[in-house]
This record gives sequence, C-alpha cells and structure tokens, in this order.
Amino acid sequence: MDLKLDHHSKDGIEIVDVEGEIDVYTAPRLRELLIELVNSRFYQLVVNMEKVEFLDSTGLGVLVGGLKRVRAHDGSLDLVCTQERILKIFRITGLTKVFGIHDTVDEAIAARRAEK
Amino acid sequence: MATVELTFTALPAHVRTARLVATAVARRSGVDESLLDEVRLAVGEACSRAVEGHQLYCPGEPVRLALTDLAGRFEVEVTDTCVPGVHSPGGPGAIADRAGADPQTSADADFPAGLGIAVIEGLADDVQISATAAGTSIRMSWPSAGATR
Repeated sequence: MDLKLDHHSKDGIEIVDVEGEIDVYTAPRLRELLIELVNSRFYQLVVNMEKVEFLDSTGLGVLVGGLKRVRAHDGSLDLVCTQERILKIFRITGLTKVFGIHDTVDEAIAARRAEK
Repeated sequence: MATVELTFTALPAHVRTARLVATAVARRSGVDESLLDEVRLAVGEACSRAVEGHQLYCPGEPVRLALTDLAGRFEVEVTDTCVPGVHSPGGPGAIADRAGADPQTSADADFPAGLGIAVIEGLADDVQISATAAGTSIRMSWPSAGATR
C-alpha cells in the first residue's frame, strides 16, 4: 500500500496521521510534509503511526530529521505507535530513547502538556 | 542456483516489489511466520542501500536479489555494482553505507549514517557483507523448513 498523509490540530498540537508504508520510495513525501509544517511554524508535532504497515531506516531518518527541525525551535515530535513490528525497529536502533512513544494521540498530548 | 533471482532497475519504487517477492519466497521456503517481518525489513534495507548507491554512481546498472532455499536455511543475497572507478571515476563506490558521507553535503542529511546496516544486523542472525569484483554483496539468512525448491 502507498503512503497516505493527513494532519490536523488538536489542543494546539499538530497531529500528523500516517497510513501505509514508509520506505525509500515514500519517505520523501513525509519529509516534505514535516518540513512544510515547521516552515508554517508548527513546532509541536505528534506523528500518529497506528496505521503504518511498514517502516524502514529511511523513514526513521525522516522522523529524526523532523525531530531535529522542531527542536531547533524548542519544539517536540512525539510518536503514537503500539504495533510491535514497528516498535521493533525503534528498539534495534536505540531510537526509543530519542522519541517519546505513546499508545494514543491523547496520551501523547497529555505527556507533552505535562512537560510544559 | 538461487530458487528465485530478481534483477531490477535501481529505482526506489522497485524496492517494495523486491520486499514482496522476498517475503513470498521466504514463506514458501518454510520460514516461520514470526520471522517474515524481519525478512521483509532486512531485504528492504539491503535493497534500499543498493538502490541509493546505484542512483549515485551507476544508475544504469540493475540491482540483483537472489533468494535461495537451502537445507534448513533461507538465504538472501543483495548485490550492488558500485565499485570506485568502474561506473563513476573517483566515486566512493560500495556506498560505504553512507558512513563517510558528510552530513552537511549529503543529499539526505536526515539519515543517521550506518543505520541501514545496523538494522540488518539487528534483524538477521547471520549477516555477511563482502566486497565483490563489481561492488558489494550483503548475504543474510534465516532458519527455514526447507519446504520447496
């Protein structure tokens, strides 16, 4: 399946809904969206990966790049993911220590609020 | 002789096809269902790495994927042809897993160097990366029931 991207605001945080496969072919589209959001001054992001079916290191690179960009503006990029197959690649690469990974969008928003 | 051999133009769009073929052959070779995600991801990583290297240094050359059902093992070999001076004089060749890429000048500065290989090594319990006459070979394998040939 191809990649579907959407985004909306919730409680002042921009939620990016990602569906499908994030790989070397589709990852540039996610990168473009994250750059576009940062350029539009959205610095608090939550990427909802609950409908992501496949993620490779190119996708991880895009998420790390997004995190780097929002942090340059004192922002944040949290993830929502409960799928073991996706979480495994974050664990292998040690990126579970880099990203806040939550079970639901509401939980991610609450965690972000609690840190403020 | 490989059970299934696939060569494809070095385009990102074809990496998904390579993943699908590898997963289908692994399943038919008797690789446990619980390992199929690992096969799919590791093959995708190896093919992505090869495609990116080919696009930089030898875009006209195909990437080769060989899937072999051995006795009790399912073996995958991804071969690129990125050797310095062969297709691109002075090119760094063999992709070097972008480990030496300057993060300021790399086309994909978001990519943490070496992550693709790190993922492959984390997924397959048997990985061999070697230089060939024409480029680099990544060979990896998983246990299988050796169901078919």
